[in-house]
Amino acid sequence: MSSTTNSPTHHTSTIGSIGTPSRRNTELALLVFAVVIPVFAYANVGLAIDDKVPSGLLSYGLGLGLLAGVAHLAVRKFAPYADPLLLPLATLLNGLGLVVIWRLDQSKLLQSIKQAGTAAPRQLLYTAMGIALFIVVLVFLKDHRALQRYTYISMVGALFLLLLPLVPGLGQNIYGAKIWISVAGFSIQPGEFAKIVLAIFFAGYLMVKRDALALASRRFMGLYLPRGRDLGPILVVWFISILILVFETDLGTSLLFFGMFVIMLYVATERTSWIVFGLLMSAGGAVGVASFEPHVQQRVQAWLDPMKEFAQSRKGIPGHSEQAMQALWAFGSGGTLGTGLGQGHSELIRFAANSDFILATFGEELGLAGIMALLLIYGLIVERGVRTALAARDPFGKLLAIGLSGAFALQVFVVAGGVMGLIPLTGMTMPFLAYGGSSVIANWALIGILIRISDTARRPAPAPASNPDAEMTQVVRP
Amino acid sequence: MNKPLRRIAIFCGLLVLTLLLRDNWLQYVKADTLASDTDNRRVNITRYASPRGDIIVGGKAITGSVESGDNDFKYKRTWKDGAMWAPVTGYSSQAFGATQLEKLEDGILSGTDNRLFFRNTLDMITGKKKEGGSVVTTLNAAAQKAAYQGLGNKKGAVAAIDPATGKILALVSTPSYDPSAFAGTSGSDEKAWNKVQKKNNADDPMLNRALRETYPPGSTFKVVTAAAALENGVVSGIDDPTKTPDPFKLPQTSTNLTNEHGGCENASLREALRVSCNTVFAKMADNVGNQKMIEQAEKFGFNNAKLDTPVRAAESIYPEDNRPQNALDGIGQGSNRATPLQMAMVASAVANNGKLMQPYMVDQLRASNLDVLETNEPKELSQAISSETAQKLQQMMETVVKTGTGTKAQIDGATVGGKTGTAQHGLNNSEKPYAWFISYAKLSDGSTPVAVAVVVEDGAANRGDITGGGLAGPIARDVMKAVIDSKK
Repeated sequence: MSSTTNSPTHHTSTIGSIGTPSRRNTELALLVFAVVIPVFAYANVGLAIDDKVPSGLLSYGLGLGLLAGVAHLAVRKFAPYADPLLLPLATLLNGLGLVVIWRLDQSKLLQSIKQAGTAAPRQLLYTAMGIALFIVVLVFLKDHRALQRYTYISMVGALFLLLLPLVPGLGQNIYGAKIWISVAGFSIQPGEFAKIVLAIFFAGYLMVKRDALALASRRFMGLYLPRGRDLGPILVVWFISILILVFETDLGTSLLFFGMFVIMLYVATERTSWIVFGLLMSAGGAVGVASFEPHVQQRVQAWLDPMKEFAQSRKGIPGHSEQAMQALWAFGSGGTLGTGLGQGHSELIRFAANSDFILATFGEELGLAGIMALLLIYGLIVERGVRTALAARDPFGKLLAIGLSGAFALQVFVVAGGVMGLIPLTGMTMPFLAYGGSSVIANWALIGILIRISDTARRPAPAPASNPDAEMTQVVRP
Repeated sequence: MNKPLRRIAIFCGLLVLTLLLRDNWLQYVKADTLASDTDNRRVNITRYASPRGDIIVGGKAITGSVESGDNDFKYKRTWKDGAMWAPVTGYSSQAFGATQLEKLEDGILSGTDNRLFFRNTLDMITGKKKEGGSVVTTLNAAAQKAAYQGLGNKKGAVAAIDPATGKILALVSTPSYDPSAFAGTSGSDEKAWNKVQKKNNADDPMLNRALRETYPPGSTFKVVTAAAALENGVVSGIDDPTKTPDPFKLPQTSTNLTNEHGGCENASLREALRVSCNTVFAKMADNVGNQKMIEQAEKFGFNNAKLDTPVRAAESIYPEDNRPQNALDGIGQGSNRATPLQMAMVASAVANNGKLMQPYMVDQLRASNLDVLETNEPKELSQAISSETAQKLQQMMETVVKTGTGTKAQIDGATVGGKTGTAQHGLNNSEKPYAWFISYAKLSDGSTPVAVAVVVEDGAANRGDITGGGLAGPIARDVMKAVIDSKK
């Protein structure tokens, strides 16, 4: 480890820590934009659909502003040196997501098939819960290193969460993927929370084992082969992700967890061979499962030839879905500048139009320009996360930050790539944009942890204790 | 630990870059293809989002739009006298697509044509709703009505042309269908649609008989044979006797061809046309020869697979044949076939002193504010016959109406030239023949405002009563009269 950036390498150079600005006012200014832009978008939707400013505009604006303001105050109080971009970016995405969810609520087609109608108020509630959890993280997690203590509890917790959807009576099978559980009328995706808990476990475990994994290896054909006993954990994780794929038929989550683990392993050991291993194993696992799992096969078929899939779905052949093609048409019809909010026809996607496929609505109504802006916002969040990892002073913080940002990047890639037909579709949600309580709440917690790490990283080092060596030598005369 | 972190940062950057590239591919490169994909429902949603432009006949719209109110297609098409105009307009159904003018001029009617782009953009800025342009046709409402009523519940078709310009004045096909019945997407639309499909309806009402069905032309083809004979010098004067035996033995066969009438032996061309002698024209076609007959027929528009009005007409055929078949072709009972439009073109070329004009039915395309986007000018298709031949044929055809088989087509105040036809068909002529009549009307000022072809395939009529003059002649007369009256 060589993480000494910005930190005093020598006890006399304390200048750097004095000048670190907290950037809280920058964050506040950006937050104003992050609230005002969705409010304008909301007005835009209302004008486009009903020719009038929506009646809920004021309460929506105040609600979002209030949530953002409270979050900002919490950061100001509990993480004053935190990264100033993360909170505004997440707020902007969440606000725009709410607007588009509300826009899809207005669709009569989606109302008639019970795919929308009252989603926006619920999503606002989830957002409030998410920001509450965000604040809880900031208040109670004074130092992220505390999480290190829960390494193995996290492992058990993550496995527990992942296996929940398989519990009979609790798990729900929605459109072929068993990744939900139903509790008191709420559908919860435990996988979203497992992502964070698993990152904590990986970070804690790898911090301890990284030397063994990195150094105790044999060289073979230019690659460092790890010892069998060090290979154990990675095999276990690989096996778990394959199990998820088989039993929950959730290609995306499986890919996400495995990818996150490989990234963290690589960062911890600095051994490229892990990446090669990881890619081979995930490719082998995916191909292996795809060869006998019809649900996965069907997703791959739909990806290879969405038009054929559409035709088969239209003919009423069961097991086929026209969503993939409908999403492509939504993007194509949006073109460069989009139709304008509220003026597209993404409701044709029907099922999951406001969750897994919400990006298609953005694509159609805001166009290439809008999607590029969104992707860059996601890119910026990831970049701030990686920067936090770089700036973190402890290996656990580094690993946790890169694990969370890496997972976030992978999720964006898997979802956006799936909806845009770049890779097979998977049942995951676009962070912050998509309708879904678990996703919003878990991602706010994720941002909370990143903000906590960045605060620790950017916090000025405490003034060095006076060094007796530096003081003038006093000669004591007898 | 920072080196791998930086690499991961680059990796994440590459992920985002890949997504950006894919999005550019999707929303820039492939955008138009996807947006205009016919399976993309948005194409139809946009098409029906605003009232469709109208098809106009004689200054009045024969189409309209109503709010459908039941789905995401806001407006649906309506037609006034839909069954009468269907052979002209075609249909534009939300569920079953579009045909004919509704399809060919869809860009104008739905307002998506590039020529309307500037207007649409302007409308978008000023907040005005997008409106489709209109298609002004060449048709004559009175003539169309006369033809439609004349055919009544008989099966048949009428095509009328203005010989001087090629403007199509009437285009009727019966039985017809009302396109309004299946313009939407509801269950009743589907029922109405199924009812008029050929597989469920032996009368095949969706068939546009005037443009898209070919018939054996029967004796009306004798006009073409006479033209070929005159053009190629096979006969010199129309009143000179021809050397024709009665009956005439078809060359290379032992089959004797007879006539319905007496007086055909060595009859002159005029007399032969007047009483419709089979022997004279079969022999004449034989004398002209297959190659020259094809050439003459092609000058009149036969063997042209790409005759666009702009709705494409079926190809009328005069094929390469052996001698006996060619002789039968000469009286329209061989393997040659013609659409009603084709036979109207024959009459119009004769009436227009030999010059055949391209038949067309779209006069102008207009934007919603009545700006003219395009005007179709009359185009000459060919000089089918010399002016002298045309004069001679006119004299002969006028004799047919004055004292021959076509007397029922006479009109007070106009000189009518015509030719009847009774085309036998089916195996051994077992089926009821088609009654044909082609004619033109000439006014005292020498102008010929209309040429018409009528075909009636009437299964209900008594076989003996089916003659071109009796069944088809009066319809042709009414159509011509309607055109003449509307000129006054």
